[in-house]
Parts: sequence; C-alpha cells; structure tokens
Amino acid sequence: MNKLETLKQNLAGQFNIANYKFTHAVGDDVLEVPKEDVPKLLMHLRESGQFDFLMDVCGVDYPQREKRFDVVYHLFSSKDASRLRVKAQVGENESIGTALPAYRGADWFEREAYDMFGIKFEGHPNLRKILTHHQFVGHPLRKDYDANLNQSCTTSLPIHFNNEPGSPGDVLNDKYVPLNIGPAHTAMHGTLRVMAEMDGETIVRCNNEIGYLHRCFEKMAETHPYNQVIPYTDRLNYCSAPMNNIGYCKTVERLLGVEIPPKAQAMRVILAELSRIIDHTIAIGTGAMDLGALTSFFYMFGLREQVYGLFEKLCGARLTVSMTRVGGMAQDAPEGWFDEVLALCKEIRKGTDEMAALVLDNKIFIQRTRGICPVSAQDAIQWGYTGPMLRACGVNLDLRKAQPYYGYDALDFDVPVGTSGDIYDRYLVRFEEMRQSVRIIEQVCKNVPGGDYTIRDKGIVLPEKKDVYGNIEGLMNHFMLIIKGLRPPVGEVYDATEAANGELGFYLVSDGSANPYRLKVRPPCFAIYQSYPTVVKGAMLADAIATIASMNLIAGELDR
Amino acid sequence: MHNDQVQGSPSHQGATGTQAVDDMSRSFAFTSRLDALVAWGRKNSLWPMPYGTACCGIEFMSVMGPKYDLARFGAEVARFSPRQADLLVVAGTITEKMAPVITRIYQQMLEPKYVISMGACASSGGFYRAYHVLQGVDKVIPVDVYIPGCPPTPEAVMDGIMALQRMIATHQPRPWKDNWKSPYE
Repeated sequence: MNKLETLKQNLAGQFNIANYKFTHAVGDDVLEVPKEDVPKLLMHLRESGQFDFLMDVCGVDYPQREKRFDVVYHLFSSKDASRLRVKAQVGENESIGTALPAYRGADWFEREAYDMFGIKFEGHPNLRKILTHHQFVGHPLRKDYDANLNQSCTTSLPIHFNNEPGSPGDVLNDKYVPLNIGPAHTAMHGTLRVMAEMDGETIVRCNNEIGYLHRCFEKMAETHPYNQVIPYTDRLNYCSAPMNNIGYCKTVERLLGVEIPPKAQAMRVILAELSRIIDHTIAIGTGAMDLGALTSFFYMFGLREQVYGLFEKLCGARLTVSMTRVGGMAQDAPEGWFDEVLALCKEIRKGTDEMAALVLDNKIFIQRTRGICPVSAQDAIQWGYTGPMLRACGVNLDLRKAQPYYGYDALDFDVPVGTSGDIYDRYLVRFEEMRQSVRIIEQVCKNVPGGDYTIRDKGIVLPEKKDVYGNIEGLMNHFMLIIKGLRPPVGEVYDATEAANGELGFYLVSDGSANPYRLKVRPPCFAIYQSYPTVVKGAMLADAIATIASMNLIAGELDR
Repeated sequence: MHNDQVQGSPSHQGATGTQAVDDMSRSFAFTSRLDALVAWGRKNSLWPMPYGTACCGIEFMSVMGPKYDLARFGAEVARFSPRQADLLVVAGTITEKMAPVITRIYQQMLEPKYVISMGACASSGGFYRAYHVLQGVDKVIPVDVYIPGCPPTPEAVMDGIMALQRMIATHQPRPWKDNWKSPYE
C-alpha cells in the first residue's frame, strides 16, 4: 500500500481526491476517478515523472450499469517498474477527454476503444475506425453484439490520410504522387497497408491502415472457457506462439492466486527463450530479405526448423504449440529433451555468429540501415515502444530484469541496448538477444528442477488421462471441471511478460463465470506501428520499407 | 545408354527411307497428345503467389525454405505479382476487410490459374466463427484444393500441391471455377 499512499499525498493538493477511490487488488494499484479529471490527471502523472509509459487504453462494457463503460488506462514507470491502473466510468452518450496531450501513444489505443465500444474521446483528431472495415455497423465488443454476426465488406477504402495540424487530411495534394503499398505486397508482410504521398522518392506524408487480420481475438476469448482461449493466444504472435501461451496463463494464474511448480517454470523459461530466438530469426531473416538478401532467410529458416523439431518432440505441433495450461504445462517433457535442447544451443550459437557476420558486417546492409529513420529514446517512450525497439534507442528496460518472473532474477544474462535507435541498432540488439537467450537456456537446462510439471488442484487442472480412465475419482474430477469450468474469483488483473517484440500484456476481467468477462491484449507492435507515419516522414521510400521490416510487425497480434 | 542405340541404329549405316527416319527418331523423340504435353509442363512449373496473411504464411515459408524445398516440385519461383503467377496459395485467415482485396488479386491473375486454400481459416474460417472473419475464402474465389490443418504441416502442403498436379495432369473438370462470378459485380 506504500506506493498508493505516496500517490495519494502527491495528488491531494491538486485534485479533489475525495471523489477518488484508491484500491489495491490482486497485486495491482487501482485508481478510480471521475472522467472529467482523466486528461489532467494523466498529464500530471507523466509530468511529475511518476509514470513515463502509457501501456494500454481499453474499454470494458457493463450494459446493466448506469454509466455503461469503463475506460481503463495502464501506466508503467520505468524507474521502479511500478504500475497503476486508472479507471473512469463513461456513459453511452458521453465522451471522455483524450490522453493524447500527455501520451502520444494513446492514439491508436483510443481509436480501438472507439471502434470496439463506441467510446468517444474528445479532442482526438482522428477518431475513426481502426480494426473493423469501413462498412461495419456497430461496435463488436459491446456485450449486446453477437459474436457470429458477420457484416460483409465490398470495397477497399481509397488512399486516405490522418487529420494532422497543417495538413489537409483526406484531400490529396496535386503536386505529389499518391502511392499505395499493400495489403497484398511482399514488403507489407501480407496484411499491412501503407499509403503515401511522394515527392519523387521522398515521402511527404504517410498513413498506415491496419485491421486486415482482425480475427476478433477478444470477442472469441469472451465466448470460450479459460483453457480454450489458449489456442487463440497461439495465433497472436504466431512467430513465437509459446510466449503468448505463457503470458496468458501467467495472467490467469495470478488472478487465481496460484504459483506453478519449479519444473513448469523452468520449462516455460526454456520455451520462452527458444521462442525469442526463433522470433528474432524471422525478424532478421525477412528483414534482410526486404533489403534484397535472400540468403539470410534460408540460413535463418534452417535454424528455425531445428527448433521446430524440439517443439514437435515436446507436443507434436510445430508452430502453434498450446503447450501451457492454467496451472502448469500440458504434459511433461520427454526423456532426454533437455539434453537435446542443450545440444541445439551449440548449433544456435554457431548459426547466430555466422549470420551476424553475414548480415551485420555486410557493407550493403550497413549502408541501408545505419543512421536510417532513427527514433530518440524520448520519442520511443512517448509512443509506448517496448522490447528490442525500445532498447535499440538506448533505454535499458527489460521486464525479465525490471519485474522478474519465473526465476529470471537468479539467471545470469545481459540486456543489450543500442545507442542511436536506428535500424542497424535494432538488428544489433536482436542478434545479441539471441546470444543471451542461449545463455539463459543453457543455465536452466543444466539445472532442471525435479517434481511435477503442473499443480494438481482439481478445480483448476484436469486429471491425467490414466486417472480419468483408471479410477472413479479421476473420472469425476474430469467431469466436474469440464461441466463447471475453471472459474477464477471475481476481479481483474493486468499482467505482462517480456515477449520477443516487447511487453505483451493481458488485462483480464473475471465475473466469476467460466469465460473471461473481458480479455484485453496489449500487443507490443501495436504501439510501435502507430509511430510509423511520423518515423518515415521525409525519408526515402526504400528506407520506409527497411523501417517496416525492422519493426517486426506480426499482423496476428497487431490486429488480433 | 542412348549412344549405344544411336550407334546401332540403321541411319548411321547409311540406310534410307521412312523406316530409317522412324527408327532414328525413336532414339530421341516420343509422341504424345499436345494437351497432355502442355499439362505436363503446367503441372511441373507452377508459379505460386503466396498470399500469406497469418500463421499459415509462416508455415508456407517453411515449405519454401531449405528443409522442405518446394523447388523439388517445380514450384520454387514465388511471385508476388498476381500477373506473373498461376497458383494462388491462400495461406492464412481472410477477413471481411481483406475479401475485396483477394478477389481483385485473383482477377488479376492470367489463365490458366489455380487456387489452393491452405489451412482451416482459409478453408472455412477455422475456429474463428467471428464477426470479422470470412467463413472460407471460397465465398469469394473458386478453390481447387483445400489443405486441412491449423496450420498444416509442410508435408500436408506438399500433398496438396501434388493433388493439384494430378488434377492438372488428368484435366479434371473444374465447374467451381468455370461458373465463378465475382461476388462484387
């Protein structure tokens, strides 16, 4: 409660805190305020240096309540890794002030809340749809919207731009050439669309449209029991699926108040670090491919295939593994698996060094990336950058160090940081992170703790199949858990892990039923990609392609 | 092997007439129906356009990658322009927002053209029975081969491509394609 008391004293002079509600629930500090105070409060929290990151803005719908919506802000401080959740109630026909003056990173998050719930943010210059298509009527995450209600789309929007001060919005300028790239373009990784106005080879202004892979993850989570959400999380960042499983299960476990056994923790750490490695191989491989180097892609994929082999041995799947369960892992590792991981570590180390020599020392690569479209540390924090993109700007923030979980604090590894925040540094950081991940895996694999791979609480974890078919108690527990479902207590929690792209946060609201009431994902590349038009403004077109590749945008988690 | 036959053939010994020409041609030529020859060429030189939108796109990269190497099936030339490709591989979820785009891409491809729907999402919407997901890409474009899986293994993708090759080789009728009309016209 100490931090909350300090905050109370700090706010007492400037705000009417008699209306405020300070609570500490499930390990999170929560501050409920009237909606009128939100913009001023957020500005104060940032300017006084208490919370430099706005991690997430989202809505929650309570149709029975007088004021229907909650707008929830998640703040983070890089100084002491403390978090604060600010909540305000907004009625259906009311609006709330935008958080944009305080945090630029609120831009897309507020647009998403508008798209999903119809919450209006006063003062937001581009409050338009972001994920659903332009012919979509209604707001899908409201509780009265049926998850099955498809609305078809017949056209694509023409080239359009954001309303920025000093620029004419959607009106095209005759002097410049409008250019549309994507969504079906190689460099756009399948589902991104970039629209630009070009003066020769230079981008005068630029806008990016997303939502081409909006698969309604959050609505699906609300209509499925807790354990059935796990396969959906696989498909968020499909390049490193186990990390999403881990992030989601960790959140539910925190709400349940259970701690998983040491062996499950060790397996999760190994899976997470292997995923980090293969995620970076894709980022580097396709990044170099976008710059014209196909060789690196083939090299990197060779490495990736070997890791797939390990996943296959563990669970039978290659890409979307769904290996974790709430309470631990789905099954134990096969005999000798940890030794195989150790053996592969040597290969990965060798392959990484080879690739680093091939890519980072390549003259063309250096000239295409060094000093191109740099982002300053200050801007990066304002936008809500996390992960390798943030560290490339020179900010030493890694949740594995700042807010250690699963025994990361006992492991010996370094957090690589860049200096200039340009494209070259981003790849430099990724290569070094791969080496550090190998170090982590080796340390864990050499001392795998014994014991069970999951907790055995019959209200949380299904009994093993041999018990289900072997004795009446097992059969009964299985039946009860399937029928009744896993039911966490009423409450809410925000939990984050350091995924390959940055902070992967899950905000979970439970109403005590078998399905999550609301599950909001805070995807790392969503915050990063919203800065894209600003970052590439004035750059050459080819550099914009290099930038988009270096951001490692995974449409699955970007659009959800 | 061929050399022996050529040396032993009558043409080299100065024989004349149709018999000699016929014998000679047997050493290096064969006869076939023209359409069978064309089909043979088509099936062994499919140029895929990978339309990778999601997880399946990553698995399709594996299929193109060093371990599985689609080049062995004559389909290694991945083209990202629909005008240069004859096989559209829909690898990943197609959302309502994407549907008009992929229809246009399909229309831009030149004949003959084929479509493979890779994975559960492209085939039926998969486990995304949801408000923004197209329930199968065959709602907007004609599909020749469906590959099950979420995502399908590279082996399954190769199986699908071989199934398509058999379809091409045997001139299987494709009414779904012949009767196709753009849903937006």
